[in-house]
Amino acid sequence: MSDSQIFERTQRFLSVLRHCQVLGLRVEHADSRGLTLRLPYSEKIIGNPETGVVHGGAITTLMDTTCGISTACALPELEVCPTLDLRIDYMHPAEPGHDIFGFAECYRVTPTVIFTRGIAYQRDINEPIAHAVGTFMRMGKGAQGVFGSEGKA
Amino acid sequence: MSDFNLSELVQKAHATNDYNSLIQLVPYARLIGIECLRLGDEMVFRLPQNESNIGNPLPAIHGGVIAGFMEHAAMLHLLMFMGAPHLPKIIDFSIDYLRAGHYRDTFAACQVWRQGRRVANVAITAWQTRQAEPIATARCHFKIDEP
Repeated sequence: MSDSQIFERTQRFLSVLRHCQVLGLRVEHADSRGLTLRLPYSEKIIGNPETGVVHGGAITTLMDTTCGISTACALPELEVCPTLDLRIDYMHPAEPGHDIFGFAECYRVTPTVIFTRGIAYQRDINEPIAHAVGTFMRMGKGAQGVFGSEGKA
Repeated sequence: MSDFNLSELVQKAHATNDYNSLIQLVPYARLIGIECLRLGDEMVFRLPQNESNIGNPLPAIHGGVIAGFMEHAAMLHLLMFMGAPHLPKIIDFSIDYLRAGHYRDTFAACQVWRQGRRVANVAITAWQTRQAEPIATARCHFKIDEP
């Protein structure tokens, strides 16, 4: 599958997730090695009104979505992969007023589960706001329906 | 950013049994629509069914929203019972998804396993139909000593 097909697939995946539209998530980059999403800064996702720092919940949503959709970069066909578990470690608070990027990759794909890891960052991926690891369950292509049949849509 | 006295707000909320002002303080909590209910010395948090929290056309609630709800429930719980003078800051957060989060009301309850001077460990359980059948369990650490 070409990188442009992967990009298109991840965009379609993201577009059916209602809450991601509410947060304004966008696909920044996608190829066979992984996926980057952008979470725009906005006042409605502030978690600390004293400082204007974004709520951890918005970052968790960014990383759950990025890790979840990164499975579409690694699989030959689109599959529904619910999250089994997710862990976020915060390196330092996000700087208010700036967008947050989430990068994720699948580092092991088995017939039943997919192991993903990711990084949330602002200016530089080498200065992460948070590290994430998530495990996703493979339900198989049969369990689709949600995204319609790929290629024919 | 804004000027408010957190301990005063907490005291007032306890006195009037109205926790809305405490919840309204945080924009993200307003966005997803968190509520809370005090039952004696227990606090139960509620995330009402809300279209904008859907993360899957099934429909199901976005896993990230469930996590955000649980994280915020833990933070409010610490504020209400532990006399934390500032909003606790998240250090790490880990969640296990046990069942699908259907498009309906979700509830959460917290357990503080340890509160030291600087760090607190909180476990959170979220359910929809019965508390004994959780849709997710989570645990997190908060830094509680600094503004």
